[in-house]
Amino acid sequence: MAETKYMTINMGPQHPATHGVLRVVLELDGETIVKSTPHIGYLHRGIEKIFENRTYWQGQPLTDRLDYTSGMSNNLAYCLAVEKLLGIEIPKRAQYIRVMLSELQRIAAHLLWVATHALDMGAMTVLFYGFRERENCLKVLETVSGARLMPDYIRFGGLREELPGGFIDMAKSFIEELPGRIDEYETLLTENVIWKGRTKNVGFLSAEDAIAYGVTGPVLRASGVNYDVRKAYPYSSYEEFDFEIPLGTHGDIYDRYLVRLQEMRQSIRIVTQAIERLPEGPIKVDAPQYVPPEKEDVANDMAALIRHFKIMADGIKPPKGEAYASIESSKGELGFYIISDGTERPYRVRIRPPSFLNLGSVSKMIQGALVADVVAAIGSLDIVLGEIDK
Amino acid sequence: MSDNSEFLKILSGKLSGVKIVPTPPGEPSAMVEKDSIHEALDHLKYDRDLSFNMLVDLFAVDYMGEEPRFEIVYILRSTKHNGRIVVKTRTGDEGLDTVSDLWPAANFLEREIYDMFGLPFANHPDLRRIYTPDDFVGHPLRKEFPLEGEDFDKPFVVDLEKE
Repeated sequence: MAETKYMTINMGPQHPATHGVLRVVLELDGETIVKSTPHIGYLHRGIEKIFENRTYWQGQPLTDRLDYTSGMSNNLAYCLAVEKLLGIEIPKRAQYIRVMLSELQRIAAHLLWVATHALDMGAMTVLFYGFRERENCLKVLETVSGARLMPDYIRFGGLREELPGGFIDMAKSFIEELPGRIDEYETLLTENVIWKGRTKNVGFLSAEDAIAYGVTGPVLRASGVNYDVRKAYPYSSYEEFDFEIPLGTHGDIYDRYLVRLQEMRQSIRIVTQAIERLPEGPIKVDAPQYVPPEKEDVANDMAALIRHFKIMADGIKPPKGEAYASIESSKGELGFYIISDGTERPYRVRIRPPSFLNLGSVSKMIQGALVADVVAAIGSLDIVLGEIDK
Repeated sequence: MSDNSEFLKILSGKLSGVKIVPTPPGEPSAMVEKDSIHEALDHLKYDRDLSFNMLVDLFAVDYMGEEPRFEIVYILRSTKHNGRIVVKTRTGDEGLDTVSDLWPAANFLEREIYDMFGLPFANHPDLRRIYTPDDFVGHPLRKEFPLEGEDFDKPFVVDLEKE
């Protein structure tokens, strides 16, 4: 009797479809996948360890380096955890601006996903359209922070500074233009036979499996599970906004695509509401022991200069305690669990990266699939290795 | 479930002998003995009234100098009640039982703890280092792990004779 032999294929770490340095070892029976083992850690920088040896302020820019496609969301998650630890409530205006910026960031991240995933599936045109709109979105975000990818604009206690003049008009014109653009993507993809053939009934993940694997974000919602941190545990006044949670029915890649497009439309709704109802008021909390003074005051007032120096050099000392805050980033539930021992450095910072747990489900997803579907399945998860490897 | 106090009441009724206290993270939180952690989590997952079917996060904290040294934190979520709970336990270097049979999500998360803290998980299906290379020495998130190597500030000299 003939002996069954499996072929082992090494995919990555420099494979263009893995979107980063991910290596997947595939065991193949002909063209069918028998077993797959993801290997990660090529981008491991030990961010959790670095956090423990930096002050709370110094830890802030590290969060940008996690999920580098949605820096604003990372800043927000970290800030919410620190604010919970400090027990401060930030002004309404800052909360609304946070919501606005993190939704714009979600749009940018989803545009990047649509563009690159379509390229993975062979639809090259969408890449150019997607990147064109993403560029416009990043330009809007750039005006507030001066950076395209590493904003470091949302700070604990509020925001770095007031929105620049002209931002609202820029954001408005961007979101007014976007729905038409999304319709264009839909004409290119939604009824496209090749696109449907590559994505329908591929990379299937049932609702039970998705929950068991701790999958969150659009991937979980495409499997029909209604879980969105913005609705389940509202933060930053999300409860005051009117929006829906798009759900899928089949849990395949096509549904993930539909869910993400719908999410962009919902994000547009949220940004529109935030612009319309943007309250007036301060953008920083009144807590001089934690929040540095305005730049102008530092230049003109001796006491403000000293306070700024003390906060930046010595750091702040939150009370002893623990805080867990999570947000709905473009990838899923991004959580920060911070333990303070009462000193100026956090005792432990635990980051719950959504991509890390989403990636855990990939072996289940591609079991018994074909090699070409691996590219589709990995791409559909929208993983970012900077966040997985920390 | 929006009301946490009601949730805590149900929980204490189900888990006799487990200390349940509201702790700083603002979620209902329970401290469980290491030996009964698997049993308690099994109960939390499969009990009809509780059904914590999602493992949101699992990580360790190194309290160096305390006994037992490591705290393991489980964050669970119930999609049925929309409730979240934090379960904690303490262990030493000997590690504890795996929960990857209850939630496959724990597979990666426990490998991360094994890599970063050196805690073994009994009955884990695939206990390997996850971030660092297989021949890496030490466990980076332990408090005694140095931030920089012994020769980090020495000049890098290339010996051309040897080359």
